[in-house]
Amino acid sequence: MSRRKTERLLNLVICLLATRRPLSAEQIRHAVPGYDAGNDEAFQRMFERDKNELREIGIPVEVHRDPWDDEPGYRIMRQAYELPEITLEADEAAVLGLAAQVWQRANLAEAASGALLKLRAAGVQTDEAAAGPLELRVDTRDPAFPALWEAVRDRRVVRFDYRAAGSEVLMTRTVEPWGVVSRRGRWYVVGHDRERDAPRVFRLSRISGPVAPVGRPGAVAVPEGVDIRSMVGYRDSLVPERVATVRVRQDTCQWLRQVGAVRPGEDGWDVVTLVFADPEWLAGSIVAFAADAEVVDPPDVRDAVIRRLKGALA
Amino acid sequence: MSTADRLPRLLALVPYLMSHPGAEVPEVARLFGLTEKQLVDDLQLVWMCGLPGHTPGDLIDVSWDGGEILIDNAETIARPLRLGIDEASALLVALRMLAELPEFEEGDALARVIAKLERAAGEGAAAVSNQVAFELDAAPDAMSTVREALRRGRRLSLRYYVPGRDEITPREVDPTRLVMVDGRSYLEGWCYRADGMRLFRLDRMVGVEALDVAADPPADAEPIDVTDGVFRPSPTDELVELELTPVGRWVAEYYPCEEVTELGEGRLRVTLRARDQGLIVRLALRLGDSGRVLSPVSLADRVREEASAALARYESLS
Repeated sequence: MSRRKTERLLNLVICLLATRRPLSAEQIRHAVPGYDAGNDEAFQRMFERDKNELREIGIPVEVHRDPWDDEPGYRIMRQAYELPEITLEADEAAVLGLAAQVWQRANLAEAASGALLKLRAAGVQTDEAAAGPLELRVDTRDPAFPALWEAVRDRRVVRFDYRAAGSEVLMTRTVEPWGVVSRRGRWYVVGHDRERDAPRVFRLSRISGPVAPVGRPGAVAVPEGVDIRSMVGYRDSLVPERVATVRVRQDTCQWLRQVGAVRPGEDGWDVVTLVFADPEWLAGSIVAFAADAEVVDPPDVRDAVIRRLKGALA
Repeated sequence: MSTADRLPRLLALVPYLMSHPGAEVPEVARLFGLTEKQLVDDLQLVWMCGLPGHTPGDLIDVSWDGGEILIDNAETIARPLRLGIDEASALLVALRMLAELPEFEEGDALARVIAKLERAAGEGAAAVSNQVAFELDAAPDAMSTVREALRRGRRLSLRYYVPGRDEITPREVDPTRLVMVDGRSYLEGWCYRADGMRLFRLDRMVGVEALDVAADPPADAEPIDVTDGVFRPSPTDELVELELTPVGRWVAEYYPCEEVTELGEGRLRVTLRARDQGLIVRLALRLGDSGRVLSPVSLADRVREEASAALARYESLS
């Protein structure tokens, strides 16, 4: 079955590309082998399915409706079908080869290799990215990624269950997606949250269950001037302007010594001063050094460390 | 193989054969990810197709005598189908990622490819690829030294921070590659201290300088396979079980877990492999009351001992 169908579809593509004038379904039925000659209804169903399959793989099957003709006509315009002329210089081909390997093992691997195949078919020389001095890989292991990629591509609203950081409950969110951003190995979707009527950033790993499209494709308009990267990276703009003083045991707490300024102290202890923005984040880093580090100042960092130690004891 | 995959392949195969007359069966099969038998089967199928009428003069003419493929009478599908929006976007997004690298600041090859591809792909893909962004943690200070050493083939001297043991260790490394995985940059190289190939995170290099020694990694040094990520716990590493509150759930996102169980109300139980007990003790202290070690019991005891010793310092002072 599969082979006969592929044959029929390939003949159909050739027939629709070769024709100068749009062909009616009946003309196509005679021109392309494999269509049922006896049963009109079976032919109609088969022809409908075939057209859909061609469109699914990106073949632009055009429909012509003339006012003086009852039957619509079909054809494929060469200009809409064919990959435009493209040639790459050697250095450009090398770059493209490197780009194509980025998605290996990720959701877009198939799309990337499909593109490369078409370019090669057009005579473009692409380097098989051999083990060069540079390798770049991105993973898209979040189950929500494919659905969000499609939603961004199709400009479609989505709905999903989301657990905000530290929350005990899942909340259903309806989002007009403006884009997806990978930052430090994590994926985020940025968009307009309809319930909150405000821009929001969601981490893909905190989405629970399926991402469901809502409404029609094309419904999302990305506002002019939106910078999706800076929406995800806004925490970086916190300027470290507070100063902490930490006593550290000699020959320990290497990380604190690297980020701060060290003053040799007495009794086998040194004093590190460092700048910070977020007291909870700093407390988390210091508490990891257990009895080798002790916050002297400020009190909120000190209290945050004590709270964590008590929590770990409980 | 389903029709859905096969037709697009044939529509690329025919133009490829048209633009590469005399291509060899093994080479073409490899390029299209097929066995030679599958390729020949494709060729046989193509040979049955052609223009309406389907007289011998209408059909595509293919021969592969002696392994050299020649194709004729296929002008109608001589050009490949244009790129789909996913295909073009996948490449464009990846190219824009490369643009993040200092490697590509010089030279305009990248910009030229992006422009050519956008032209070939049409508006849709260009728009989508602008809606997918990628940021790389490039650690610029170390990056320029490492790149320079790679280019000139020099040995590097590192002072490298190992958080699990809170140590800064000196190492001499012959650089082989720069590897970027999931947003982080690593130097791959032959480490003389470990006597093996290792990956070093650029943002954990406390010091890095190129030596006046030519890099000379052993000829049989194998590149490290990063297709499945950088962190590959060994099956001999100890299994650790943690329970996490909603606040501590980030652990499951940050560390590769062997098992993750939802316990309700946002609580999780996770199992992960730890090469280094110290790392887990640090993690447990950091978590405070948002997570605790369930097993092994000895490790849970160690966390409590360390917490209690640290707390004693604060209590004696206040």
